[in-house]
Amino acid sequence: MQKYLKLSVFILSTIPFLVILYKIFLNKLGPEPVKEITHFTGEWTLIFLCLTLSMSPLKRLTNLSVWVSFRRTLGLFVFFYATLHLLTYVGLDYRFDWQPILDDVVKKKYIFIGFAAWLLLIPLAITSSKKMVKLLKNNWKKLHRLVYIIAIFGSLHYIWLSKTIFFKPLIYFIIIIVLLAFRIKIKNRNVNYG
Amino acid sequence: MIKFKNSEITPENIYKNRRSFIKSIGLSASSLAISTIPFVNKSLASGRDKLTSYKDITTYNNYYEFGTSKSDPYRNSKTFKTTPWEISIEGEVEKPIKLSMEEISEMFVSEERIYRLRCVEGWSMVIPWMGFSLSELLSKVNPTNKAKFVEFESVYDPAQMKGQRYPVLNWPYNEGLRIDEAMHPLTTVVTGLYGKKLPNQNGAPLRIFIPWKYGFKSAKAIVKIKFVENMPTSSWMWASPREYGFYSNVNPNVNHPRWSQATERVIGEGVWAPRIKTLMFNGYGDEVANLYTGMDLKKYF
Repeated sequence: MQKYLKLSVFILSTIPFLVILYKIFLNKLGPEPVKEITHFTGEWTLIFLCLTLSMSPLKRLTNLSVWVSFRRTLGLFVFFYATLHLLTYVGLDYRFDWQPILDDVVKKKYIFIGFAAWLLLIPLAITSSKKMVKLLKNNWKKLHRLVYIIAIFGSLHYIWLSKTIFFKPLIYFIIIIVLLAFRIKIKNRNVNYG
Repeated sequence: MIKFKNSEITPENIYKNRRSFIKSIGLSASSLAISTIPFVNKSLASGRDKLTSYKDITTYNNYYEFGTSKSDPYRNSKTFKTTPWEISIEGEVEKPIKLSMEEISEMFVSEERIYRLRCVEGWSMVIPWMGFSLSELLSKVNPTNKAKFVEFESVYDPAQMKGQRYPVLNWPYNEGLRIDEAMHPLTTVVTGLYGKKLPNQNGAPLRIFIPWKYGFKSAKAIVKIKFVENMPTSSWMWASPREYGFYSNVNPNVNHPRWSQATERVIGEGVWAPRIKTLMFNGYGDEVANLYTGMDLKKYF
């Protein structure tokens, strides 16, 4: 049963990717297609980040452990969409023209923090296998707490690139803060009850 | 996607043929004044001079009065009322005047003016506007010797413009120019595009267009033009003085804090088209560079 559920989560997670491919090849992206792809992949990165962070709170709330079994798949899709997002910007938009890209990373704080978030995702993706969990033992947990920093970086990236006060970036920021606040509660409980 | 009826627009191929026809019969000193207006086909790389489609020009707009998304202005401006409309020219002038849209269209002849539009966000279009030089309109008043700047005020009507119900910007939209910039023949009062009446989402009934400055300098739906002594604070300067300066000349060497200004994406060129290099003063340097002689454009951005 759990196996099928995990497979369904995997298949569902590929849908945004298929949608953007469809839109690219059938020319459905409007007058500024590259920007559309950038925004689309960026937003889905944040959505998957929120989903990944929701699994352990859901486990607490529902008393079902099945949620955490989706975490690895969802987390890897965060990396997948973040990489697509980065590739759109570096490859499709700037044609691997490194000078302006390096300029952006150094001078623009939203790009700097977005790029930092992607870099921090790499060790998490590399150490996501069961083998690695066993190998790293307690350190694995510590390492994977990086996702909290990544989440904050990701939502700041969205807020800082917005022109004025916009609704959507703030919503993501609030969701991420709420999800992180859950952790503090869980931790306290652990401390209190051993 | 939104479909247009064929009857609603002049087909672009006919439109373009008409232009070459007008040129071929040699209306050299005609009201079209082809020779005096720097058309985009003058010594510029190909691709830059291709007219943007009517559909893209009228469905992809930054016009926060009607919403912050690019497709909002088209969707939310359909019922916007532009009649009656009056423009007041006031401030540091000997005798302020008020002109109705009817009076304006009687007084001034609109001609076709094809200009490039460069948005501060890093995209560009080529638009066949209809309009006349702002200097013609401003010559109807006599500014006092205190007048140094011209301020433009857009309409404030939250009942019709739902974007104005939110404090996204300091409404009404406000922009400004130095008097010599405002009097420059390239600074245009726009009344139409593609040979048609100006659509609401593009700033009907009357907007300003300054081809060598970023798009946001060109205020839409103007109701007031005011001569002032001190440099006005525009809505965008108010929102973020660090990001938006008073001059806002297109300048590939001065980066916006969030966007590189060295290159731009041409609207309508599709997903695989590369960016093109942005030109100093949006390619109008020959005409306007002398306005800024001796000025540090990095400081006065």
